[in-house]
This record gives sequence, structure tokens and C-alpha cells, in this order.
Amino acid sequence: MLSLENISVSYGAINALKGVSMRVEQGEVVTLIGANGAGKTTTLRTITGLLSPSEGRILFEGQEISGRPTHQLVARGISMSPEGRGVFANLTVRENLLMGAYLKKNKAEINEDLERGFRMFPRLKERETQKAGTLSGGEQQMLAMARALMSRPRLLLLDEPSLGLAPLVVHTIFEAIDEIRGEGTTILLVEQNAHAALGHSDRAYVLETGRIVMEGPSKELAADPRIKEAYLGE
Amino acid sequence: MPRYARNLAIALLLLAVLYALDYLVFDPGRRMISPYVARIIMLAGINITLAVSLNLINGFTGQFSIGHAGFMAVGAYSSAYFSVNYGKGIAEGMGDGALGWAVALLLATLLGALVAAAAGFLVGVPSLRLKGDYLAIVTLGFGQIIVVFLNNIESVGAARGYSGIPIVKSFFWIFLVAVLTIVSVHNMVRSAFGRALISIREDELAAEAMGVNTTRYKVAAFVISSALAGAGGVLLAHFDGYLNPKSFEFIKSFEILIMIILGGLGSIVGAVIGAIVLTVLPEALRGFAEYRMVIYSVMLIVLMITRPQGLLGGLDPFKGWRARNRAKTRTEAEEITAEDTRDKESVDKATLGERARDTSLGEGDTRS
Repeated sequence: MLSLENISVSYGAINALKGVSMRVEQGEVVTLIGANGAGKTTTLRTITGLLSPSEGRILFEGQEISGRPTHQLVARGISMSPEGRGVFANLTVRENLLMGAYLKKNKAEINEDLERGFRMFPRLKERETQKAGTLSGGEQQMLAMARALMSRPRLLLLDEPSLGLAPLVVHTIFEAIDEIRGEGTTILLVEQNAHAALGHSDRAYVLETGRIVMEGPSKELAADPRIKEAYLGE
Repeated sequence: MPRYARNLAIALLLLAVLYALDYLVFDPGRRMISPYVARIIMLAGINITLAVSLNLINGFTGQFSIGHAGFMAVGAYSSAYFSVNYGKGIAEGMGDGALGWAVALLLATLLGALVAAAAGFLVGVPSLRLKGDYLAIVTLGFGQIIVVFLNNIESVGAARGYSGIPIVKSFFWIFLVAVLTIVSVHNMVRSAFGRALISIREDELAAEAMGVNTTRYKVAAFVISSALAGAGGVLLAHFDGYLNPKSFEFIKSFEILIMIILGGLGSIVGAVIGAIVLTVLPEALRGFAEYRMVIYSVMLIVLMITRPQGLLGGLDPFKGWRARNRAKTRTEAEEITAEDTRDKESVDKATLGERARDTSLGEGDTRS
């Protein structure tokens, strides 16, 4: 569905990504883990067109999307929940969700998707008319994910959904990821929380200083002694 | 009653009210109010157009433009040139009556708005493709360049000023433009288009991720804002029948900016109040003319300390009272369970949210 072929990206003289190749197949949850500064966010920003690769290309459903402006990707079926959540603080929860359906015209579908979002995160229903800026961090993350789903994406990109959240909230978020996957949406999950990410994904890539150093089924990686030592703290 | 019929009725009623006011109160022959008071009220009307239009780009879209006077000047001079050279011909062609002049003025207004919109497009396209504060820098430069140009174009009087413009001191016309500006900006920010603009202000990257073509929307908002500023300029040009490049220097842009900051960025009612206050205040302070700038500054400092969001920033008096009743029934939703370990913070945020709604927080066009 999505494939990165030998992608290199540099900020001036600094090479942030050095020949990264990875792919995400239909229906999979693939996670990209790595430490701070490994290039996770750069990878995601390149996929979403915020950065242009100096080398390599990105294919989505067989078509090259490298360097395409972000707003065009939504129409193609890619949706992103940005790092730091990026909710619209002065819009209400409901208005935030409606923004997620910005390109949708069918009112019935939009209402259906609103209800689905509220079912997935009942907390959002309680706060429907409240401004997003008044939500707690966990609620904002739920909102960002529900909003990203409003465009009915075939591929959902999640950038650090567990960042800065309390363990119980992280649990809720990952349960939601399982649920989204159960509905057939393909997910690329970028995470620092390797433990949770490996537990809720099919395959994983490990990024270190701009290179993919390991890849494989998440279960195998979770059992790998090197991963255990470096990322799981065991 | 169907919606369009209702809207039509409201529009007709509004026209009737404006016309009646014009006829009964502002007709100089009736001596209802002194020409001085009439002048202040009409100037306030022009300033309302300018402030509300600037609020569209600064307050709602979050792009900082500080060259509004430049677009106003473009509208003022282009329409003045049109009126001086063709206005009489058009009016006479239609019998030189009130109707003829109304048509001439309408054409002048449309032309002024259109030329200002074109200028806005030229300035907006290169600077709004970039994220950040480039618009402020470019509009600042544009405002300066326009003044330099006008000071040197002989056909519009250069530095001597442009005189002989047909004078139209019409309450009806000025407030018609002001009301149209308010209504169109209000409807815009309540629409899907407006929600996209507000989302750009809130988080440009996230807006882009929703599928909003941010550059296009920013340029559209900027062009509309410029066009309305141009219309404001047209009114000013025909108000005294005289234009001088000096009236469009940076200080004028700054004045309009103060109006919307005073009233509250992102609040239409605030912009209207800001415009009225900053039109009336200088007159009220006429006795202390030398201290005017000092008083302005002190006022702004006090405002920034006590209400940094502006008088009405974060509020919408017309929407709040409706939302309040709904808010009361939702109090239970504010209870924070132990799920979030950062309890203290959450509770603070939640009570803040509750309080904010109780002071009638609006939904769309506010910023806190």
C-alpha cells in the first residue's frame, strides 16, 4: 500500500534520513520505533509532503506521492494525527471533528462518522461542545485520532500518540488503535514507547540515526535481546 | 417563511432603516444633529468597514497584516480617479439626478474594491505561500511603497493631494458598506470556509493535514480583506472630496490595528466597538491633543495587562446567551475521574472551561 524506496532527506548539511526503505501492506499495523532524533518524525513529515526527499521515492497505492503537498494526500486516502496532537484549541470538539471531514460532502456519512468517533471515545461525546483547548492531554489525543478518522482514510499515520500521556491513558489510546485496525484501516504508527508499539502492531522497523537497523514481525523484535536491552529496558 | 424570503425581508428592512435614518436624521436641512456629530458618526462607519475587514485576516485567519492603509489608499485613489474623470459623465448620461450619481458611486466603489483586491492578490500570493510572519514584513513594505508612489504620481495630485473628487457625504452609503462588510465577514467565518480559516489560525500544519489548501485559503481571505479595505478607502475619498497620501501612512494602518486589538482579535462586535471608540476618543480628547498618543499608549498598556485578548476577545455577546443554557446541563460532564493522573491540572482546565462558558464564550470566532 505504502512503500518508501531508499529515501534520503537532509536539513542543509545534516542527513536526517540515509536510504530508508520500508513498506506498509493493506490491513497491517506497522510501527516505526526509535530514540529521539533517530528520524521518526522526519520520515513521517516526508511521507506527508512537508519535506521533500533528496533521493528515493514514496509510493502510495502504486502512485508516486513524494513531495506532494500535504492537503492533497487527504483526498487520496491518507490521514495524519500530527505530533503534539494539533487540535484546534478554540474550536469545539465537534467542530474539530467536522474539520476532519473537511473534504467530505455527504452529510449522512459525516454524521455516521461523528457517531463512530463518539462511540470509540465516549469521553469526546461528553465534551462535544467544549473547546478543544480545555481538554486534558489524553482527551486531546483521542480527539486528534478521531478527527483523523473522519476523512475515512485507508492509511492512518499516527505520530507519537502516547507522547506525554499517563499510562492509563496510553492504554486507552492503544486499545483504540486495535479497534481502528479491526475496522480494516491500515496504520503506520510512529512511537517512542516501543513496548506498547510492539505489542499492538504486526511488523516493526527500528530507526537509528537515519537508518533502518532492524525490521521484522513485532513479536520477534519484542523478543530480540538487542531490542530488549536498547528499547524495552529489560 | 423560507430562508431566502426571510433574508430578503431583513435586507429590505435594513435598507429602509438606513434610508429613514439618512433622510430623517442626517439630512442637513433638518438640523437634527450638528454637521460635526454627523461627520464623526460617518467616519466611525468607515472605520468599522476597515476594522472588520482587517479582522478577517488578522483575527480569524491569524495572518498578521500591517499594511491595511495601503489597500485602502489603492481603493481610494483608483475610485477617486474614476469619479473625477468619468463620474460626472456617467451621472449626466443618466439624467444627472440622484440615481445617476448613485450608479456612478456604485461603480466607483466596485472599482476601488476590485483594484484593492488585485493589489491584495499580488502582495498575498508570494508572501502567504510561506508560513510565519512574512506577511507582516511584506504588507509593511507595501504600505510604504504605496505612499511613495502616490506622492509622485502627478495625475492624482502627487504630494499636494488629490482634490475635486465628487463629494458624497451619505450616511446611507457609508453604513450600507459597513453593514455589508459585517454581514459578509460574519457569514464567512460561520461557514465551512471560515472554519478552515480559523483552523489555519489555530494550527496551520494540522489544517493542512485536514486537507485544507492553506495557501489558497490564506490568499482568499487576504484578497477579500483587501477588497473591503479598498471599499472603505472609496468611502473616505468621496467623503471630503480630497485625498492626501499622508492620510495613508503607517500610522493609519496602525490605528486600524489598534481598533481590532482593543476590541479583541477574532471578534466582529469587538472590531465594531474598537472602531467606534477610536473614532470618538480623539474627538473627546481634542483638548489634550498633545497627549493623545500618550493616552492611547497608556490605554493599550492597561488593556494588555488586564485583558490581553481585547475587550471582547473570547466572547461573542450574541451567541453566548444561547450557549449558556446548554452549558448548565453539562456540568456533570466536567467531573474528572481518576483516569488521568494529572488530576490537578485537568481539574483546573475543566473548571476553566466551565467558567469560560459561563461568561458566554462563543464557538467559532473567538480566541482566548
